[in-house]
Amino acid sequence: MAKKTKPIERRNMTKLQSLSEAIRQLLKDGDTVYAAGFTHLIPFAAGHEIIRQGKKELTLARATPDLIYDQMVAAGCAKKVIFSYMGNPGVGSLRYVRGEIEAGRLEWEEYSHFSMISRLQAGATGLPFMPMNPTAAGDLEKANPNYRKVIDPYTGGEVVVVPPLKPDVAIIHVQRADANGNAQIWGIIGEQKEAAFAADRVILTSEEIVDEEIIRSDPNRTIIPGFIVDAVCHVPYCAHPSYTQGYYDRDNSFYLAWDEISKTPEAVKAYLDEWVFGVADRAEYWEKLGKEVHQRLKVSSRPSAVIDYGYY
Amino acid sequence: MNDITYTSSELLTINAARLLRDGDVVFVGVGLPNLACNLARRTHAPNLVMIYEAGVIGAQPARLPLSIGDPTLVSGALSVCSMYDIFAFYLQRGNVDVGFLGGAQIDRYGNINATVIGDYAHPKVRLPGSGGSMEIAAWANRCYILTPHQKRRFPEKVHFRTSAGFLGGRSEREAAKLRGAGPLAVVTDLGVMEPDENGELILTALHPGASVDQARENTGWDLKVASNLKTTKPLTVEELTILRNELDPDRIYLKGGE
Repeated sequence: MAKKTKPIERRNMTKLQSLSEAIRQLLKDGDTVYAAGFTHLIPFAAGHEIIRQGKKELTLARATPDLIYDQMVAAGCAKKVIFSYMGNPGVGSLRYVRGEIEAGRLEWEEYSHFSMISRLQAGATGLPFMPMNPTAAGDLEKANPNYRKVIDPYTGGEVVVVPPLKPDVAIIHVQRADANGNAQIWGIIGEQKEAAFAADRVILTSEEIVDEEIIRSDPNRTIIPGFIVDAVCHVPYCAHPSYTQGYYDRDNSFYLAWDEISKTPEAVKAYLDEWVFGVADRAEYWEKLGKEVHQRLKVSSRPSAVIDYGYY
Repeated sequence: MNDITYTSSELLTINAARLLRDGDVVFVGVGLPNLACNLARRTHAPNLVMIYEAGVIGAQPARLPLSIGDPTLVSGALSVCSMYDIFAFYLQRGNVDVGFLGGAQIDRYGNINATVIGDYAHPKVRLPGSGGSMEIAAWANRCYILTPHQKRRFPEKVHFRTSAGFLGGRSEREAAKLRGAGPLAVVTDLGVMEPDENGELILTALHPGASVDQARENTGWDLKVASNLKTTKPLTVEELTILRNELDPDRIYLKGGE
């Protein structure tokens, strides 16, 4: 599936819209979705909006499904997950996804981190596959036919290859973006750039919407150019209970709490009713979390030294 | 040292820290490996470089990181790169000295299962899976495994080989031409196992107070004992003090084995 060229009239106009409009217009039942972010910047607000809109039959791809996919699977949005580490990071098991797999109710496709990310890299760079050195472990390569071996034409040795992953939709959360979707990230940059370039459609959520001049003041920090972005959504606190570097901390206590909640379908339903269906959007969710949580997740300032690009 | 009590987590962490050398570039996981690296940095290895699979290089965490992508790893780090870069430029290229590994099962040849108990297609217990371990086990110069010494964790053969130890024996790993040397030590709460000339894990050291019988009873294969079986050095007050007072004061990871 080739990446579509954006219609010319969309290139220089504002792409600002609400997250709920963006999900409604750009994400369809049956799509393959990559909600990016390795521990950092996980777009939970988008996951919740997908649940609220009752999207179905999605293939959910992420190196680490994390709580965002556990919740989406629990809400019945998914038919399949593609992953490389299915745990609750720092806590243990990802109970809902695990339970659905063990019960035979959820399809899955599994990689190591490097091969998962290599698939995105192939998708993002337009290559037919990505090669990797062999690891000799063997069993995952037997279990997943997407792993193949080819002969290195230069040395005659074997390399392991994986095909491109080209999600229908990538959802990327960033610290700041302009109205055209030129987006800057700092902190852990995981696989956001690869996911955005690999995907057919890109939904950007951002803590702040800034003037283009701010973006242009620090071009090295721009990970995603606006011309591959379809929608820009201003969603402060989008990443909670994950975090946004420099904006708010990871809510580790919620990751622990989810370990309890996800033990029973009743508790999961109660959670979704209260925190997903029970709120209109992320602003309401954040308000509902309350002052104690806001206070606990505050971070103090540690700015970088200013760099000088110079006038030329 | 006889009057000092400690948990098995403290025992594992301190013995792991001692395996690290000054200047090592270490691929670190959260939990005990993170504590071991930070302990080594504060004692004999001040120039140790900690790398995290989230793409952080030269982290100096100011607080205990609670996930592999904790923001404290980023603030003050030397560099941050993408996941693709950390695995390609750093690990695959051969820039990582040490990798820490763990898993539900470790077999006679140091192969690890972190994927599934039972049949892959119809799993009895579905485990988290490889994450970075498939590549770390193959490409880090040296690998160390930290795990409690329990029979169910040490079967003769793993149900699923998530990451390579010595495969079916040292010659098999050599034939596979992996760049890394494989698992060089398995540190348990009873002692240390190391690969012999065939790549088979044998008991090479006991912790003070542990016995060969205990180790053999808690291993799923016929565990051989090195002819020059050593006793690990007792934990020092300095090591325990740094761990308890500075690195994990809330005992989030150290309480294990209390």
